[in-house]
Amino acid sequence: MISAVVILALSGLAFGAILAFAARKFFVPVDERIETIRNLLPGANCSACGHASCSSYAEAVVSKGAPVDACKVGGAAVASKIAGVMGVEAVLDEEAKVAEVMCRGGRSAAPHSYEYMGISDCKAASLPMLHGGPKMCEYGCLGFGTCVRSCPFDAMYMGDDGVPVVDRDACTACGKCVEACPKHLIRLVPRSKKIHVVCSNRDRGPVARKVCKVACIACGACVRACKVGAISLRDNVALIDYSKCTECGECVAKCPTKCIIEVPRVEDTKGGTQSAQGEVA
Amino acid sequence: MNLTFPGGVHVPYYKSGSKDKAIRKTRLPQRVVIPLSQHTGAPCEPLVEKGQVVKVGQKIGDSSAFVSAPIHASISGKVASIEPLQHPALGKKVMSVVIESDGGDEVAETIAPKPDPFAMDPEEVKSVIREAGIVGLGGAAFPTSVKISPPKDKKIDSYILNGAECEPYLTSDHRLMVERPREAIFGLKVLMYATGVKRGYVCIEDNKPEAIDAMKKAIGSDSNIKLVVLESKYPQGSEKHLIKAVLGREVPSGGLPFDVGAMVSNVGTAIAVADAFITGMPLVQRVITVTGSAIANPANLEVRIGTLFSDIIEEVGGFSSPPGKVIMGGPMMGIAQWSLDVPVIKGTSGILVMAQNEIDMVGPFPCVRCARCVDVCPMNLLPLFLGAYAERGLYADAEAYRALDCIECGSCAYVCPARRPLVQAIRTAKSEIMAKRRAKAQSAVAAKA
Repeated sequence: MISAVVILALSGLAFGAILAFAARKFFVPVDERIETIRNLLPGANCSACGHASCSSYAEAVVSKGAPVDACKVGGAAVASKIAGVMGVEAVLDEEAKVAEVMCRGGRSAAPHSYEYMGISDCKAASLPMLHGGPKMCEYGCLGFGTCVRSCPFDAMYMGDDGVPVVDRDACTACGKCVEACPKHLIRLVPRSKKIHVVCSNRDRGPVARKVCKVACIACGACVRACKVGAISLRDNVALIDYSKCTECGECVAKCPTKCIIEVPRVEDTKGGTQSAQGEVA
Repeated sequence: MNLTFPGGVHVPYYKSGSKDKAIRKTRLPQRVVIPLSQHTGAPCEPLVEKGQVVKVGQKIGDSSAFVSAPIHASISGKVASIEPLQHPALGKKVMSVVIESDGGDEVAETIAPKPDPFAMDPEEVKSVIREAGIVGLGGAAFPTSVKISPPKDKKIDSYILNGAECEPYLTSDHRLMVERPREAIFGLKVLMYATGVKRGYVCIEDNKPEAIDAMKKAIGSDSNIKLVVLESKYPQGSEKHLIKAVLGREVPSGGLPFDVGAMVSNVGTAIAVADAFITGMPLVQRVITVTGSAIANPANLEVRIGTLFSDIIEEVGGFSSPPGKVIMGGPMMGIAQWSLDVPVIKGTSGILVMAQNEIDMVGPFPCVRCARCVDVCPMNLLPLFLGAYAERGLYADAEAYRALDCIECGSCAYVCPARRPLVQAIRTAKSEIMAKRRAKAQSAVAAKA
C-alpha cells in the first residue's frame, strides 16, 4: 500500500520535472500584440481582408507588416485601434459602405425564357451553355441565392419576389456577396446615400422593356429631372454620381419604370424596425 | 474485334430516322443572321456596313488575332443591320450581321477555284484554309488553320479523319461519307500535305457499313491512308479517345493531340477544305441533321450559315407533336435552345427536337455511390466527387480531383440512376477554376508592371 503511494508520488515528481523542463526548453515567444489585435478584430473570419481568418490577419499585421486598415468589417474604429497597437498612423479616408443589389426584377417583373431544372445555384445556372440562366433578362438576378449563402454575417435574405434583400443594419460591406454574384449585380455603395438605380440591364430601351417590367429603359427622364447633374446614362443604364447627389428625390418621382428607388437610410431603418415590430405585436 | 478505348457507354443510336435520307439543299433563306463569333478564339470585327450590298462568299468579318477565323456572307443581298442578337452557343447576345436576300444568290467575283494544293507551299495551303473561314465542324469550332499550325518542336506523324459520329441521332457525317467520300479523302490529303504528315487514318464506327464501304472505295489503293473500323460506343468521336483507340497513345493531362504526334479533323471539316480548293467557296454552308421525335420528316440538309432554326423547322414540315426540348447538336453534348430565332452557325451539327411527352423532368435524387459514373468515365475521373465538390463550392478540391480533364461528354450523367446534374456541376467548377487562374495570371502581370 505504502509502496504504491511512494511510487506514484515519485513518478509524478519525475514527470512534472520533465514537463517543467520541456516548457522552458521549447518555449515559443509569441508577440503579445498578435493576441491584442486578434481581440480587437470582429472574429467573423470572413476573409474579406484577404487572409484566411482574423487570427491569421492579426499575425500578418504584426509579423509581415500587413496594412492596419484591411479589416473592412471593423472599419475605421478597428483600424485606428490596430494602428494604436502597432504605433503607426492609420489612413482613414474611406467612408462607410453597404451592399446594394442592383436589380429588382423578381418573379413578378422579369419573365423566364425556359424551365430550369438544374442545380439551384446562380454560378451553375449562369453557364453559357444554359444561355446565362433562365431569365429573359441576361443581366438580371437569377434568384438562386448564391449571395445569400456567401454572406458570413447573415445580412442577406431572399425576398418574397425572388430577389435578395440586404439587411443594412447587419451588413458590414465585407464584399463577399459582390464576389459571389456571377451577374455582378451587387455593389458597395456609400452608406449615407439612399437613392440608387437598381437595374443593370444594358439592352436598348425597347428590348429592356420586353424582358423586365422594372428595367431601366434609358429614357433619360432622370437625367433631365436631376437639378445638380448627378445622373448620366452609361451603357443604357442610368448612373448616379454619389458625390454630386443631393437626394432631392426628383429622379425617383420621374422614373417611369420605378428602377430608381429610395432605400431607407440606416438611421431610419433602426427606428423603423422597432416600430414595425411593435405593430406586428 | 474493332478498336476502342476503355470506359464509355453504349447508347441507343436513334439514327434510323435520317440515316438513309440523302442530303438535300434547302430553299434560299429570306434572311440570315451571321454572328461574328462562331469559333473558339477572338470574335471578328465587321467589314461591312448597314445598307451595303454583299454577295455569296464575300468576307464580312475578320480579326487580326491568330486564334480566329474570318466570316463570310452566305447569301447575296443587303446588310439590314449589325446588332447584338441571341447566339445559340455563347449564351448571350453577340454582334451579328443580318442580311436580307435579294433572291439572286449571286457569287462574289473573288470566288474562283484554287490551283493544285500539292504544288503550293504548305504555308500557302494554310492561308487558303484560314481565308476560307474553316473551323472544326464536329462541334467545338476550333479554327482549322490554327490546329494545323502546331508549335515547331512537336513532331506530327498521324492525321486522323474523324468519321465516328458517336452522338446518337446525328447522321450528317454519315451522309457526307456516303455521298462525298472523294472530297473527304481529298480534304484529308490536303490537310496531311499542309502538316507534312505521311500517315492518314479514316475512322468510322461499325454501325455505319455504307459509309465504311464508300470510304474504302475512295481510299482505293493509297497505302498511306488506312481505314479503321471502331466499336460503336460513346464518346468514340472524342479526339483523345480516337487517338487512344487508333494509335494506342494517351494525350497527357492538360495536353493536346499534337503532344502525342497526332492531329484529328472531322469529316465535314475535310470536305470544307476540299471545297475551298475545288470551287474556291469559303465556309458559307454546312450539312446538318434535323431529327427527333417531334420532327415530322427527319432530314439531312445543306443549309446556309445564318439560316434561322425556325426556317429550317418549316423546311422539314414543322413539328409533328408539341416540342418539349430543342437541342443544337446531339442529345449528349448539344445545347438546349429556348428560342427558334437563333441561327445555324459553323459548329451546328444538327437540330434535335424532342417531343414534350419524351421529356422527363424528375430528380435529382441523392447520390447512392453506386460508382456507375466512375465505371463509364472515359477520362478515368471520379464524377461523383467532382459533382459533390462543385455543388458545395469547393472548387479547389474539384481541381485536385482533375475537374479540368473532364471532356463534358455526359456519360456520367447519362448512367446516373439518381439523375444528378453531374456535367453542369463539373462545368461550373471548370469555369470557376479557369476564372481563378485568369485572375491569378492577371495579377501576376500587374505585379510585374
